[in-house]
Amino acid sequence: MSQVMIGLEIHAQITALNSKLFCSCRGNYRDLRPNSNICEICCGLPGSLPIINQKAIEYSTMTSLALGCKVPDKIMFYRKNYFYPDLPKNFQITQYNVYGISSMGIDGKYELDGIKQIKISRIQLEEDPGRIAYSEDGMNVRNTALIDYNRAGVALIEIVTEPDFTGPKEVRQFLNKLSLTLEHLGVCDTLLEGSVRCDVNVSMNGGNKVEIKNINSFKEVEKAINYEITRQSSVYGRNLKIEHETRHWDDKKKITFKARSKEEEHDYRYFPEPDIPVIVLGNDFVANLKQRMPELPNERFERFKSKYEISDHTSNILINDKKLADFFESTLKLHFSPVEIANILVTEFKSLIDDDAESRDYLKNLKVKPEHIAELVKLIEGNKISRTTAKDILVKIFESGKLPTEVVNSSNSYKIADEKTLMDAVQSVFDSEKSAVEDAKNNREAINFLLGKVMKFTNGRADAKIAMRLINSKLAEH
Amino acid sequence: MTKLDDLLAYEVVEGLTEGQFTAEDYVTTIIKRIERVEPKVHSFITLDTDGALSSARIIDKKIKEREDVGQLAGVTIGIKDNISTQGIRTTCASKILENYVPTFDATVIRSLKVNGAILLGKLNLDEFGMGSTTEYSRYQPTRNPWNLDCVPGGSSGGSGAAVAAGECTIALGSDTGGSIRCPSSFCSVIGLKPTYGRVSRYGLISYANSLEQIGPICRSVRDLVMILNIISGKDALDNTSMSSTPISIPSRINKLNVGIIRELITDCDQEVAKLIYSASEKVKEIGCSCEEVSIKNLHYALPSYYTLASAEASSNLARYDNIRYGFDYPIGEYKWDTYFSNVRENFGEEVKRRILIGSYVLSSGYYGKYYLKARRLRSLLKLELLELFKKYDLLIGPTMPILPFKFGEKIDDPIKMYLVDINTVIANLAGIPAISLPVGFSNGLPVGMQIMAAPFEEQKLIDASCELEKVINIPRRPNSI
Repeated sequence: MSQVMIGLEIHAQITALNSKLFCSCRGNYRDLRPNSNICEICCGLPGSLPIINQKAIEYSTMTSLALGCKVPDKIMFYRKNYFYPDLPKNFQITQYNVYGISSMGIDGKYELDGIKQIKISRIQLEEDPGRIAYSEDGMNVRNTALIDYNRAGVALIEIVTEPDFTGPKEVRQFLNKLSLTLEHLGVCDTLLEGSVRCDVNVSMNGGNKVEIKNINSFKEVEKAINYEITRQSSVYGRNLKIEHETRHWDDKKKITFKARSKEEEHDYRYFPEPDIPVIVLGNDFVANLKQRMPELPNERFERFKSKYEISDHTSNILINDKKLADFFESTLKLHFSPVEIANILVTEFKSLIDDDAESRDYLKNLKVKPEHIAELVKLIEGNKISRTTAKDILVKIFESGKLPTEVVNSSNSYKIADEKTLMDAVQSVFDSEKSAVEDAKNNREAINFLLGKVMKFTNGRADAKIAMRLINSKLAEH
Repeated sequence: MTKLDDLLAYEVVEGLTEGQFTAEDYVTTIIKRIERVEPKVHSFITLDTDGALSSARIIDKKIKEREDVGQLAGVTIGIKDNISTQGIRTTCASKILENYVPTFDATVIRSLKVNGAILLGKLNLDEFGMGSTTEYSRYQPTRNPWNLDCVPGGSSGGSGAAVAAGECTIALGSDTGGSIRCPSSFCSVIGLKPTYGRVSRYGLISYANSLEQIGPICRSVRDLVMILNIISGKDALDNTSMSSTPISIPSRINKLNVGIIRELITDCDQEVAKLIYSASEKVKEIGCSCEEVSIKNLHYALPSYYTLASAEASSNLARYDNIRYGFDYPIGEYKWDTYFSNVRENFGEEVKRRILIGSYVLSSGYYGKYYLKARRLRSLLKLELLELFKKYDLLIGPTMPILPFKFGEKIDDPIKMYLVDINTVIANLAGIPAISLPVGFSNGLPVGMQIMAAPFEEQKLIDASCELEKVINIPRRPNSI
C-alpha cells in the first residue's frame, strides 16, 4: 500500500464548565429554546467585553499536561477575523502560536500503544460559534437561515497533531484513547452530541494534503479517512495530481466533497486580543494543577494491576469503560474483593447489558448499584449461594433492583449444605441414572456427570463439595 | 449668588443638600439653557429631558425624606454617545447604530447613577470616535461655543462643547488618541484621559481597545476629581481594569519637577507656543521646576498610533453586520458576503478608511511590516517616557498644535487631519494619564496645556492643575452664545 500521512485537528468542548468561556451564560446549551442562553457578551453587543473563565484555563492546562505538552509561563489570546453569521463579533477569540507567544500547550507527545507516539503540535483554548439552520419554505424554494447563538462562546479545546498517523486504525486508537483521557480528566463528555468535532488532513505518497472538515463525531472520522484514501488512490491510479484543497464530509452520503474555493482563501488577520491581558500561569499554577489532576487512564491501569492484582485483560476492560471502572471502585469500598468483583463485572454483569444501552450513563439507569454487587459477592464468598445461583440472582437483580439477600430469601436459593436433604437428592439421582452409577465406579468423569445431575436436581443450590463427598461414599457402598 | 446654570458640580451638590434649591429647579434651568443654546451648538444627539426631570424629582423626594442621595446628587451629566446607556439609544454617531438601544448600562454609567447624577442625554462625536472635529458625525457637526464658525475638536466634541456652553454640569468623553483632550483644549474646559485601566471600559463601544479610556470633562479641577473617583476602580466586567488609590484635592503641593517637551513647542503654532510658554512661567510660580526635555522617539508616535488604532478598529467594527441589531434594511435574498458588504457601505467615509487601513496592516505579508513594527515603536516610546518620568514628575506641552480651526478646513485631507493628534496620541500609546487645562485665548480662541504623568500618577496631575487653575484666570463662559 502507498504511504499515507494523516494529521488531526480536534475540537472538544469543555463540557465540564458551568459557564461559557467569556461570560456567565450556561456552558450546557443543549435542549434549550433557541437564543435563550445568550447575553450581551456572547452576542458581541457593542461595548461588551470578554471576561476570561479561569476554570477553562485550568481544564485546558490539564489537557495539555495529559497530552505531554509543555505549558508556557504566559499565555495570550488572539483574534481570528472572518465574517460568518454564526460568529457574533465576526472574529473568534482563540490562540495563536507566533513570535514566541504560545497557546495552552505545545510540543506534546502522546503514546498510542507502547511503541508509537503521536506528536501534538499545540493545544489551544477558543470559543465556539453559534449554529445556523437553513430551512426551505416549501414550494417557493426560498431559503431561510435561522441563527441560534446558545452555543456561541462555549469553551473549546483545540488539539492539533502532527501528520504522524499512517492509517485509519491508528487514528481510531488515538481518538479512543483521547476520549478516555478527556473523560478521566472530566474535561469533556465526548458522547454528548456535538461535543467533539474533528478535521482531518490526509496526504499520500508525499503529495498535496487534503483537509477534510465537518466531521462531527469520532465514529465518522475513520469512515471519512477510508473514503479519502480510496478517492486519492484512484486519482493517483489515473495518473492525476491531488490538489491541495479543503473538502467537507457528508455524513449522510458518507463521502467527502470539495468545498467552494472561496472558503480556502481566508486571511484571518490574527492579532492579540486587546481586551484580555497576557495571563501569567507561573510554575506554582502548573505544579498545583498537577497535584490536583485526576488520575489518567494509564495510571489507573497500573494501579488496578498492582493494588488490586487483577489481570491486564480485566484491567483493560474496566479502564476502557470509565464508568464501569468507577462502579468497580465504588463496589470495592463496600466490600474489598477486587478479583471476584472485577470478574463478575467484566463477564456476567457486562453480558447483561445490551449493546444499544452501552451509551452514555448506561450505569445510571441501571437498577443494579454497587451495593448489589458487593452483597452478591459476600454471599458467594460466605458460601451462602453457589456460583450458578449467583448468575440467576444477578439476572433477577437487574430486573427488579432488589437486594441479593432479599432475592435469595424469597426464591429460597441458599446453598443446600444439609446432608440429609442432599442425601435424598443423591439417592434420587442414583435411582434414575443406574448405568452412569455403574460407569462411575471405574471412571472419574462419570462422577462429575452424577454431580451435575445432583446440581440440576437441586436447581444449582447443592453445596458441590458435600454433594461430591456423599456421591463418593454412596459409590463405595455399592 | 452665581446663576443656577453656571454652578459647578460640587456647588450643585452643596446647594441641593443645603436646601438652597431643588434638583427639579436646577434641571429645569439647565433644560431651558439647552433649549436656548442647542440650536447654535448642536452638542446632543439624543436628549432625555423627561428622564432627567423624573430623576430630579426622585432626588428631591429623597432629600425631603433625608435619604442618602449620593455624592453627585442633582449634577446633570451628558454622555458621549459611544458609552452604553440602558434604554437610551447609543448611536456612535453612525448610521449603522441609529436604532441601537443598549440592554445594559456601561459600568461608569451605573456608578454615576448610583451616586445621584442625572443623565441629560447623549453627546455628539465623530463616528465611532474617529475624527478630531465632529465633522465625521452622521448627525450635524457640533460648533465651538467660543466661535461658532470653528470646530469644537473631537472626537468628544459634543462633550467639550456642552460643558463649555453650560448645557450640562459635567460630561463624559472617551479618549483613544486625544478625543477628550482635543475638545477640552478647543472649548476651554478641563479634560482628563486617565491611566489605561483606571476606569472600566465596560460599555464603551470599542474603537481601539488597547488605547482608549473613558474620562471626565469639567469646568473645575475639583469637579473632575469628584467624577474621576466615582468612575475609577477595578471592574469584574473589564479584565484590563485595575484598582487605584482615590485622588484628593491637595491643600498645598510639593515641588514637582516638570519637563516641557521641546519638539511639541517648536512644531506648534506660534500663538499656541506663546501661551504655553507663559503657562510654563506659571508652573514655576507655583513652585515647580521647569526645563526643556526631548522625546527622541516622538516622530514614531503618530504612524504607530494610526496603524494600531486602525488595526483594532477594523476588527472591532466587524460586528456591525446588521444581523442581530442595526438599521432598517430591506428583507430579501442575499448571499452572506453580499449582505455583509451591502450593509457595511453604510459606514461613513473616515470609518471605512480606517477599516481598510486596519485590514491592510493586519493582512498576511504586511503584519510584520506594519502592525508588528507599530507595536514595537509603541513599546519603545513607552519605555522612553517611563525613563523620563524617573526624572520628571510631569511633562507639559500644548494639547493641540494649532488653534481651533474653521469647519471644512481639513476635512478633505486625512493626513492633515491626523497630524493635529500628534501631541495627544503619546499618552494613549504609553497608557499614561494626561490632562488638558485651559491656559488662555488667542484672538478669542482657546488654548489648552497638556500635562502628562507616569501611570497611575493622576494625583500629581491634579496637584499641579489645582494650583495652576488658581493662578491662570480665564473666563468660564463664552459670550458668543
